[in-house]
Amino acid sequence: MGKKLRKIVQAGFGILTNAYVKGFLPGAAMIYQGPLKRFCVPGMNCYSCPGALGACPIGALQAVFNERKRRFPFYVLGYLIAVGALVGRFICGWLCLFGMFQELLYKIPVPKLSVPEKIDRPLRKLKYVVLAVLVVGLPLFYRSRYGAGEPFFCKYVCPVGTLEGGVPLVLMNDILRPALGWLFKWKMLLLAGCVVLSMVIYRPFCKYICPLGAFYSLFAKVSAVRLKVDTAACTGCGACSRKCGMQVDPHVMPDSAECIRCGECVSACPTGALQFTVIGRNAAPGKSPAAGKNVGRGMEKKGGNA
Amino acid sequence: MEKQERKRRVVTGILIAAGICMCILGFLGGEAQIVLTKAANICMECIGLG
Repeated sequence: MGKKLRKIVQAGFGILTNAYVKGFLPGAAMIYQGPLKRFCVPGMNCYSCPGALGACPIGALQAVFNERKRRFPFYVLGYLIAVGALVGRFICGWLCLFGMFQELLYKIPVPKLSVPEKIDRPLRKLKYVVLAVLVVGLPLFYRSRYGAGEPFFCKYVCPVGTLEGGVPLVLMNDILRPALGWLFKWKMLLLAGCVVLSMVIYRPFCKYICPLGAFYSLFAKVSAVRLKVDTAACTGCGACSRKCGMQVDPHVMPDSAECIRCGECVSACPTGALQFTVIGRNAAPGKSPAAGKNVGRGMEKKGGNA
Repeated sequence: MEKQERKRRVVTGILIAAGICMCILGFLGGEAQIVLTKAANICMECIGLG
């Protein structure tokens, strides 16, 4: 049920935030321009997607940094801090369309790749470098000779913009095709790489590149919505760790920065020792931990299927 | 353990309040207009057109 509910929420939220149907009409060459665009959505969602009703927080942050007159981004940063402190990476697990896209690709039955820990661990830090350099540093300090800044992450890296904005707009509008150059090819190459990797690695963009996930992960230990382990009920069977696609050990580190709060571990726990909590209180009060119940079931499970 | 949990709750509350205050401050300072201007036009960099 939990898994199904999450898929419904992911898809529903994706449709809701990209509900500008007019933008998808062939030859429309337009995107939504109404007042809702001044508000950010919580996940990665390109504002140039023909259906997008809100702004991408990472794009919005760079837009403020790109202003000729430098200013502190109170609005976008405040929004990100509030969302991070409220739910943290719960956004990644439940409300990010690109996260869902990667999960669907991972379902394609091809051999899966297990990234060795000595490569995986340093690579996970890459998303913080992307956040610090491409989203904050360069957009804030670089200026062209005409005084204009550039959204470095959106321009050179973001596969979300290519998938949600570039591909549909170019496919539907002949007028844009003559403008395609090396940058579009580079971004298509990155998107293709992301698609292929997502088939063999669970959510590679979220694990290694996403600057929004990196920002929200800073709130992993203090966000109002968190996972909690009832140490008295936990038998240490490891069912949760085997189920986790992000390679987290929820029973050891329930507030890991890598946890996207998808809740797969909560469903997998045979004793109910893992629970979602909201400001320290059990989010599902009716579901009390049943120590010792079905312990064997969890121990028999082998291999996560994320 | 309980003390640590209480401390966490205080930090969470402060962060949420600070975030909301910053958001309001930025909105009143016209930052939302910058976001709207950027988001309401096709972002050529984002879609890979330069």
